[in-house]
Amino acid sequence: MNIPLNIDWQQILLHALNLVLLIAGLYLLLYKPVKKFMAQREARYQGMADAAEEKTRQAQQMYDDYAGKLKGVDDEIRAKRAQEMEKTAETTREMLDDARAQADKLIAQGRENGAREKERILQSARGEIARMSEEAARKLVGGSLSQVYDQFLDSAEGRKNDEQPE
Amino acid sequence: MESKRRVGVLVATALIVAALVVGICLTGGSGGEEESIQVTMRDAVLHETNRIALFGLEVNPGLISAFTVTGLLLVVAALIRVFAIPRFKLVPGKFQLLLETLVETFDNLAKSNSPHRNGFLGAYIFGAGVYIFVSTLFELLGLQVITTEGLSMAMPAPLSDINGAIALGVMSYLVILSGGIAGNGLRGVGSTLKEFSLPISMSFRLFGAMLSGLLVTELVYAYIQLSFVLPVIVAVLFTLLHALIQTYVLTMLTALFYGEVSEHHEKVKKKEK
Repeated sequence: MNIPLNIDWQQILLHALNLVLLIAGLYLLLYKPVKKFMAQREARYQGMADAAEEKTRQAQQMYDDYAGKLKGVDDEIRAKRAQEMEKTAETTREMLDDARAQADKLIAQGRENGAREKERILQSARGEIARMSEEAARKLVGGSLSQVYDQFLDSAEGRKNDEQPE
Repeated sequence: MESKRRVGVLVATALIVAALVVGICLTGGSGGEEESIQVTMRDAVLHETNRIALFGLEVNPGLISAFTVTGLLLVVAALIRVFAIPRFKLVPGKFQLLLETLVETFDNLAKSNSPHRNGFLGAYIFGAGVYIFVSTLFELLGLQVITTEGLSMAMPAPLSDINGAIALGVMSYLVILSGGIAGNGLRGVGSTLKEFSLPISMSFRLFGAMLSGLLVTELVYAYIQLSFVLPVIVAVLFTLLHALIQTYVLTMLTALFYGEVSEHHEKVKKKEK
């Protein structure tokens, strides 16, 4: 059978065998080692990128933690300040109340003392007036009124002179 | 300084032109045996006249070119494997970058066209792509081979031999078929066989492209008047660009069809009545 264009099956098979050998050889000698090297390099850089990403993530987490803690500290300080302010106000109020109570007590005591002193002075004056009235009445009964009066005046002046020693 | 350099360039150009003119005059006559352009071009297509002896067989010169290219590539690959790859650095140099780009290009082509299954495909299109590119450029070397008739001829591109193109086309089809079987079993075989014209179209596309380059080159070299300056343009247009374009086309088509047939399809269950 005469095939057009001088196609020869034997030579086609030889070409195919040649191609198989070439493709297998190029695969083993070039394609596979170069791909392997590229894959290893990619894995290495991927590992570095992953490690860098992990470190970035950890740093971000630390930053978030510290930011949270700082925010917590601010809140805590604010709460403590408010608590102290409240305590101070309470203490001040108590001290004011105590002072007021003490002042009221002192005023009441002063008033009581004043009233007592007044009573004592009044009673003393009443006793003196009664004694003098009694003496005057006794004198009136024992001598003339003028003499009694003179004596009264003399005694009154004499006492006055006795009370001014200096 | 600038004008001196310009004068130097002009003088050098004039000397080269003069040398070429002398060359044309001296080689104007026929040298050795000649064959007509019709015979040359017919032989480039049919390989009837110039055949090479290989272990008792008479084969086309393209097969010898194929073996030579394979040998060269394997030796170079082995040298790279032994001397260059163990010295690869994390930050690549120029040569390492070239190799990595080459591997990555075919690997990415496989991954983008067949994302679900691409290990074998990447290795295949890498080998096939390197083979098409290097074997197309190989004809520029003009290595000589002796025919059975005792004539000396330049080795052609292996894929300008129809047998080489058919071998590559059929192999690519078989690779696609293997992808179909690996991805979908018998259904994959069915979907691959539906594209029965694929091996023919791939083979003859490759053969036609390579042959056109060869024919144009033969035409240019057949006339001595055309063999100055013009071969540079022809070589770039019909060899370098062809090498790039055909490498891309075959690897792209193989990856595309491989991805299509190896994609796993879930069976649609019939609705229960």
